[in-house]
Amino acid sequence: MDKTIYKDVYVFIEQREGVIQSVSLELLGKAVELAAKSGEKVCALLLGDNIKGLADDCIAYGADKVIVADSPQLKHYMTEPYTQALYQIGVKFEPSIILIGATTIGRDLGPRLSARLSTGLTADCTALEISDEGNLMMTRPAFGGNMMATITCKEHRPQMSTVRPGVMCTAPRNESRKGEIINFLPVFDSSKFRVRLLETVKEERNLVDITEANILVSGGRGVGNSEGFDKLREFAQTIGAEVSSSRALVDAGIVGHNRQVGQTGKTVRPDLYFALGISGAIQHLAGMEESDYIIAINKDKYAPIFQSSDLGIVGDVKKIVPLLTERLKR
Amino acid sequence: MKIIVCIKQVPDTTEIKLDPVTGTMIREGVPSIMNPDDKGGLEMALKLKDEFGAEITVITMGPLKAEAIIREAFAMGADKGVLLSDRKFAGADTLATSNTLAGALRTMDFDIIITGRQAIDGDTAQVGPQIAEHLDLPQITYVEDVKYDGNRKLTVKKATEEGYQILEVETPCVLTVLSSANKARYMSVCGIVEAFDKDIDIWGFEQINVNEKKLGLGGSPTRVAKSFTRGAKSAGQLHEVEPHEAVEIIVNKLKEKFIIR
Repeated sequence: MDKTIYKDVYVFIEQREGVIQSVSLELLGKAVELAAKSGEKVCALLLGDNIKGLADDCIAYGADKVIVADSPQLKHYMTEPYTQALYQIGVKFEPSIILIGATTIGRDLGPRLSARLSTGLTADCTALEISDEGNLMMTRPAFGGNMMATITCKEHRPQMSTVRPGVMCTAPRNESRKGEIINFLPVFDSSKFRVRLLETVKEERNLVDITEANILVSGGRGVGNSEGFDKLREFAQTIGAEVSSSRALVDAGIVGHNRQVGQTGKTVRPDLYFALGISGAIQHLAGMEESDYIIAINKDKYAPIFQSSDLGIVGDVKKIVPLLTERLKR
Repeated sequence: MKIIVCIKQVPDTTEIKLDPVTGTMIREGVPSIMNPDDKGGLEMALKLKDEFGAEITVITMGPLKAEAIIREAFAMGADKGVLLSDRKFAGADTLATSNTLAGALRTMDFDIIITGRQAIDGDTAQVGPQIAEHLDLPQITYVEDVKYDGNRKLTVKKATEEGYQILEVETPCVLTVLSSANKARYMSVCGIVEAFDKDIDIWGFEQINVNEKKLGLGGSPTRVAKSFTRGAKSAGQLHEVEPHEAVEIIVNKLKEKFIIR
């Protein structure tokens, strides 16, 4: 394949009900860096119904070009209509790189689209850079976060990657940036639209986004049971924090998956992270070690969490946390 | 109804430890298990079998020792097992893996293909949707629950960040399943006994329907350029004190950080 005809860094803009998801803005920020290195442009891929108004936001956050596919068929994310539209854009515009947020939408779309384009895809990347030869170096955790691997896709284009939310940094909004808006009308084959959306349900318990919290009080196995976790909630309330947990409490059904920190949960980087009764398995550390300040309490003074914490207390969470709450309420 | 469940043998990544001196992964003594999401997928298939009757075939790609998870699937209630094992399949990335599996699936009868959402050794969640694409089938990912109307229609609950969606699809289709919502049953004693008498079909390149160029390392667009372990952050202060002293240390830190006054 002649790789030289493939140009520019494309970012799939994920919007839900007309709201651009923060991961897409983070990716625009990263795309600006990558494009600067390769001397290329940043192009936003904006799909949806009545979403033209969002194109200016894409430009303000770093896009030089915005390709807009505005169609009632694209109102809600559905695998096949979105794949058809992006496949046609891919064939026509020949991107060098396509970045997609590793959300439930991006991880549904990415593999389907990359297989249709017969190219590679690297999942859940946490670092991206351009090599001196101009290839995208995609770094991601493997073996449950025990190892990092840098993946390349040298002989195929586009080079595609899904990227973890919360890892890249959004560039400051700049209203004075100028960009080009290109309208693109996909030709749909609706005979392939074989999945129908009947209902979208938002659950109260899922509405909190722990990645947005400034302070997280996170519990692990050492918390014991759901009564133990209630003590953490009480403590969290006194300092205006959100609660989260390691996988142990999610598996035990005490905490919902949306509050799980770690390799199979969310990546968080709050100002302050309390690791309470969390031993610090590498899978958990992968999701929180970028926090600005980490306070850990654990009974086992050899627990790995203390290797990653700024302040460590050897002791029983079940005793210390209620005392702490009481002290703060005074 | 015929259901095929794609399963994978993986190292139990929760058992992997890092050598504290060299920082390398200690792989010795790490058990090999059936990937948890795949087991959840098998459980979903078994529930459909319990209710409607179904023939369940499990398929895996891997070395001959991967037979162990097929035997485990038999003991849980799967009817047939296929092991794709050939040097030509080795070194595959997700695209080449999905092409291999699709090559085998093309030669088989099915109404539903179930895969786990993702495998714990790679966490990519890519092979399921890529299989669906190669076979031109509709896909639903992050599946928590499925209801079958006894004819061709499936009503599927899909997990999202904000809650869930209810979707409808006709067979044939591909579902990728979450283990959290499908707690796997134990192997039955009869099942364990029978599991060792059942035959496993072992297929190589000659038995499947796919272009050889799409397989193995040669069919993989992505390559691992390098791998490394992350350096550990240096440890901070550690206090081994009575609970009330611990409280004061934390309170002082919260004051220092202007979180409380």
